[in-house]
Amino acid sequence: MREIPSDKITELVEKLCIDANINLRGDIARSFEGAYNREKTDTAKSIIGQLIENAKIAREEKIPVCQDTGMAVIFAEIGQDVHITGGDLAAAINEGVRRGYRNGYLRKSVVADPIERINTADNTPAVIYFSIVPGNEVKITAAPKGFGSENKSAVKMLIPSDGIEGVKKFVTDTVRLAGSDACPPLIVGVGVGGTMDYAALLAKQALKREIESRNENPFWAETELELLRDINSLNIGPAGFGGETTALKVNIETYPTHIAALPVAVNIGCHATRHSQGVL
Amino acid sequence: MSAGKIITAAFSDETIRELKAGDSVFINGTIYTGRDAAHKRMFEACLNNEKPPFEFSGSAIYYAGPSPAPPGRVIGSIGPTTSSRMDKYSPLLISRSLKVMIGKGKRGPEVIEAIKKYGGLYLSATGGAAALLSRCVKAAKIIAYEDLGTEAVRELQVFMFPAIVAIDANGNVFPSFC
Repeated sequence: MREIPSDKITELVEKLCIDANINLRGDIARSFEGAYNREKTDTAKSIIGQLIENAKIAREEKIPVCQDTGMAVIFAEIGQDVHITGGDLAAAINEGVRRGYRNGYLRKSVVADPIERINTADNTPAVIYFSIVPGNEVKITAAPKGFGSENKSAVKMLIPSDGIEGVKKFVTDTVRLAGSDACPPLIVGVGVGGTMDYAALLAKQALKREIESRNENPFWAETELELLRDINSLNIGPAGFGGETTALKVNIETYPTHIAALPVAVNIGCHATRHSQGVL
Repeated sequence: MSAGKIITAAFSDETIRELKAGDSVFINGTIYTGRDAAHKRMFEACLNNEKPPFEFSGSAIYYAGPSPAPPGRVIGSIGPTTSSRMDKYSPLLISRSLKVMIGKGKRGPEVIEAIKKYGGLYLSATGGAAALLSRCVKAAKIIAYEDLGTEAVRELQVFMFPAIVAIDANGNVFPSFC
């Protein structure tokens, strides 16, 4: 049994929240170059050019890539041979979020009650997903999620006879409805299978996967490519001004499901989809 | 963005009417921020015939809530938020002369109709280009609703702030913006 003090977790979460918001993911930054070359109009090129410049300014001046520094989504994978000492683990994570958003000059965007809407002023609480995994390490992923894109996400309970065509139609319809609102070019996270809630979690996890990656299953890898082609023929384009790049990538994650069901979730990620990962 | 017309706020009706959907512009001068919570208050102020937090005529409202300014900076990152959340409030505000709007994404039919009726303008700034846009802000101060934090109304002095006309005064809409 390995002991890890909870204040080490707080320190890591603080660092990851700041890093994720200031340093654009390398795979996304690389994909901008390809998008710039693919685009044909001055407007589309100029918008991708702004995004390239924006990432550079954020990195150099240590300010957030986007002012919407998100609700802090934290994935905490806890090795089963780890013992957390010195206090409540969830409280330690929330303290890390609190410090990261304060010390990193990140925007506090969380309201305590969905109707009353009083800002909690420290961006807590985070949305935390714990999982217990083999081993004696703790892996934390900070995934601050902006809500321009989150608001355009959707879940639908399809039925088995809807098949893959039904899945593809729901994904492209969701992106079409998002249109110019969700800060295209997008990263589209898709979860297929499980239950209603688990499909949504899969979709969120799908956003973590790098743009250069592919689903390990050849059928789903091909579906990722087909959906990307379909989405990029919608001509929404960068910021909605038309063009070749409505999405940079479609990532699909799947799970077994019930004989009666075909759950599909689409988590829309913007071009500033953010993740930062650390291991203790 | 290289080519683009430089326009100076506060805007004359002539300036507004010369612009067409798809035109690139750079904005100089004074603009104001306001998003969800500030819009609710401005809307209620209009309904109650109270004085608005700034002179609406000729002004541009920028749908934005900045991240906090680190020491030595005028403002933190400040990109546009999704405009359609202001759609419920915009037609009344447009009718009271707050008719130039800067945001991102689509507008509803009532907003487009009001823009056409009152000769307004809807400009798209690039969502997520918030660090780049913060460089265009030369001064910032809160002028109303300070209790709203990031959602307070701020007066910004901007220089060469890039935007694209998404809806012009004649109600022409760039595709994907409705």
